[in-house]
Amino acid sequence: MSFTQNLQKVLRENIREYGMYIALFIIFAIFTVTTKGVFISSRNMANLLNQTGYIAVLAVGMTLVIVIRHIDLSVGFMAGFLGAVAAIAMKSGTPAIVVIPVVMALGVLGGLITAFPVARLGVPSFVASLAGFLIYRGLILMVTMGTGTIIIADPFFNAIGNGYIPDIPIGILPGVHKVTLMLGLIAIGLFIYSELNSRKQKEAYNFEVLTRDIFILKLIFVSALIAAVTWVLAGYNGLSWTVVIVLIVVAVYHFITTQTVLGRHIYAVGGNPEAAKLSGINVNRIIFMVFGSMGMLTALSGILFASRLKSATTTAGTLFELDAIAAAYVGGVSAAGGVGKVTGSIIGALVMMSLVSGMNLMSIDISMQYVVRGLVLAAAVIFDVMTRSSGK
Amino acid sequence: MNTPVLDKRETAMNTPILEMRNITKTFPGVKALSDVTFQVAQGEIHSLCGENGAGKSTLMKVLSGVYPFGEYSGDIVFNGTVQKFGTISDSEEVGIAIIYQELALIPDMTVYENIFLGNEIKTNGFMIDWNETIKRASAALKKVKLNVNPATKIKDLGVGKQQLVEIAKALSKNVKVLILDEPTAALNEDDSKNLLNLMRDLRNNGITCIIISHKLKEVVDIADSVTILRDGQTVCTLSAKKGEVTEHDLIKHMVGREIDNIYPKREHKGSDEIVLEVKNWNAYDPNIGRNILKNMNFNIKKGEIVGFAGLMGAGRTELAKSIFGNPDGYKINGEMRVKNKNVNFSHSQQAIASGLAYVSEDRKGNGLILMQDIKQNITLANLGAISNQLGVVDGNAEVKIANEYRISINIKTPSVEQLVSNLSGGNQQKVSVAKWLFTKPNVLILDEPTRGIDVGAKYEIYTLMNKLVEQGMSIIMISSELPEVLGMSDRIYVVSEGRIAGELPIEKATQENIMQLATS
Ligand SMILES: Nc1ncnc2c1ncn2[C@@H]1O[C@H](COP(=O)(O)OP(=O)(O)OP(=O)(O)O)[C@@H](O)[C@H]1O
Ligand SMILES: [Mg+2]
Repeated sequence: MSFTQNLQKVLRENIREYGMYIALFIIFAIFTVTTKGVFISSRNMANLLNQTGYIAVLAVGMTLVIVIRHIDLSVGFMAGFLGAVAAIAMKSGTPAIVVIPVVMALGVLGGLITAFPVARLGVPSFVASLAGFLIYRGLILMVTMGTGTIIIADPFFNAIGNGYIPDIPIGILPGVHKVTLMLGLIAIGLFIYSELNSRKQKEAYNFEVLTRDIFILKLIFVSALIAAVTWVLAGYNGLSWTVVIVLIVVAVYHFITTQTVLGRHIYAVGGNPEAAKLSGINVNRIIFMVFGSMGMLTALSGILFASRLKSATTTAGTLFELDAIAAAYVGGVSAAGGVGKVTGSIIGALVMMSLVSGMNLMSIDISMQYVVRGLVLAAAVIFDVMTRSSGK
Repeated sequence: MNTPVLDKRETAMNTPILEMRNITKTFPGVKALSDVTFQVAQGEIHSLCGENGAGKSTLMKVLSGVYPFGEYSGDIVFNGTVQKFGTISDSEEVGIAIIYQELALIPDMTVYENIFLGNEIKTNGFMIDWNETIKRASAALKKVKLNVNPATKIKDLGVGKQQLVEIAKALSKNVKVLILDEPTAALNEDDSKNLLNLMRDLRNNGITCIIISHKLKEVVDIADSVTILRDGQTVCTLSAKKGEVTEHDLIKHMVGREIDNIYPKREHKGSDEIVLEVKNWNAYDPNIGRNILKNMNFNIKKGEIVGFAGLMGAGRTELAKSIFGNPDGYKINGEMRVKNKNVNFSHSQQAIASGLAYVSEDRKGNGLILMQDIKQNITLANLGAISNQLGVVDGNAEVKIANEYRISINIKTPSVEQLVSNLSGGNQQKVSVAKWLFTKPNVLILDEPTRGIDVGAKYEIYTLMNKLVEQGMSIIMISSELPEVLGMSDRIYVVSEGRIAGELPIEKATQENIMQLATS
């Protein structure tokens, strides 16, 4: 087969996976044109990534919740509420370094509380978490009742949502963030190394691998992409702490879901709960763990958001849950359970937040923005469903 | 059996109603059908035989439009015209109906709702005419000789009756060619006989039937012609009227070699060491509010195969699940000892840890995870063995183990990275067995282990069972196939209505005395 035929075949067989990258690319291209390049500027990109952060971590947790055939609607207001708890704690003088782990632990607790009726009593998670949605909404209003918006003064805490990693002060390349560039290079190196490694292993087992030229093309393409992103970010302030946190979360969850027994069990429970049970997997335990992790990431999202605004507000967390669910679906999670990748959901989150950022730059009215986001979500899921059924 | 009176088909016999020419169908990495030619005469019963993965189901899916025109190459000629089906409804339109092995009925709906589902009878063009629906449903039920109230819910019927409802559903659509994919796999003897008689009736009324079956006795019994597929190619089409072919012929063509005795010989070695003992075992199912197991007593010794015979629905699967960690939450009362230690499992995990393994009868429902690949399914119940203390799975070890099982029990697949949903039924069953062998059990419970499996693979599974008991494993074999129970067991318990109706040493067991106990 010729190179182009091969390429077509690879694209066709993996269209579902590549589809969202292509969608993201198209969205970027359109906004770059319509905003005359402002969209793709270093400054806007840095902003976009920071904005995506608090939705991205929720989307990661939500992916697993949907994979085990559940849903969690309480995460938005729970994030808002936990952000307010953090703000209040710091206002009364508790240092951020203590507040952050405590709030995360509270998040885990919140997740477990949602999981309890689901796992033990068989209450549908939609209902259990809807109750949580209302309760946390009430709790936010309650704790901000006297004060309204609570300002956060702690510089360490605020750096999480607004700060950037430090650079080394050497003379070369002025105006460029050298540490970011270096990290980008390391990332490219690691990527190529791991791809080569896994290819070699697959070849050893005679598994199907990409043809050589397409493999090289993939390496070049992804490396160029990482290089481009790094270069754009290095042109402004470099990597933000938010991006660093999101990358760590994704790396950890990607590892857990693809490489560990726990990950296997999660996907088994989603794929066929009956078979999972008979295989000796404790389904209830998995439900508790997935909701617990969701709670922890919810707390993280609340922290990122409060830190970004340097305050806790009465409306914090509104619609976060829906953005996270949308991101997961755009990222290819299947509502039937058992299928979905955390990396996909991150791209999904990026798609959804790019729309917001781009349309803001174009000063499109908020009413229209919702309509467009709805249409893109629908289009993504329709595309997913269609490629899924023809792919079998 | 009374031979049917001379019927319409004698005259129409030689006109093919259906011809599939040079059909080729490929999936990524697999050529499922290559240049297959298949001819069916008007008004005959045509059986399609072949080993697991030979391409039988795929051929029928091409015929019924599941794989639409354009996804295969070759021609389908039906009633003299070339057909290009884009969907299943296109093929139904011209009178081809397919009944899949997995029944496609909605359990919570009534019989009549199911029969006309998707084909509703309407007045004024939009309101459903329920009276007419019930009337016509009753008529359709009469045609299949099913005597139930059309308002019964599907879930309250046994599999045999559900199968008949499926056929009634097909008949309500004015079908000319009826395709049945392994219709008797889940049926007991009586229901099977019933179904086969019904097929003869249909034939005598001019309906052409295509039946896929691994039960060769049935094929010899009922088919007018047989087409045999092997590795995606047509081997031959044989005329099979009254004794023209034997099971032996079919096997030879299917497998490509001779298999003389499908139950491989093994010495019945007695051992006195009891590995599993169950005493006064009672179970109550709160979901249906009934005692399903009543005062059962039995034991399994080291290195023996113990057959659990009985009619379908006698409670053998429930028994297996109740001793295997009770995943369905029955209320259990009784005593169980594994290797002389009292045990009380509250979860399957504990049963597995004590050396029990359960290969379920319903591999799609609760055996396998279809959307995952072969290697992930094989390792699922014993991930601990291929992961480190931190729970990180060793991908290389996993591939190696999956490949070992692929070779040792001959799973036909291009690679162990193939999704299980893409395997043929028999190969799925092998994956299911591999998964439980990998837990290295002492007592292996096989629930209908050869259902839907071809003769060659059956032989392989039997040989494997013999090898396992030779190595000291004990096997509980739940089976509704009497020849299999008699051919493989060292000892037989007969279960009837949730009770152990009797125990028979193999020397004393016959089909007759087993059936007598099973219906007692
Ligand atoms: N959707 C699919 N994707 C990839 N391969 C497939 C798919 N469906 C079937 N196959 C492969 O095509 C071949 C033929 O399968 P098919 O289901 O037709 O076999 P079969 O004769 O019906 O076997 P069985 O008796 O076990 O049901 C097998 O090798 C199977 O693995
Ligand atoms: Mg089949």
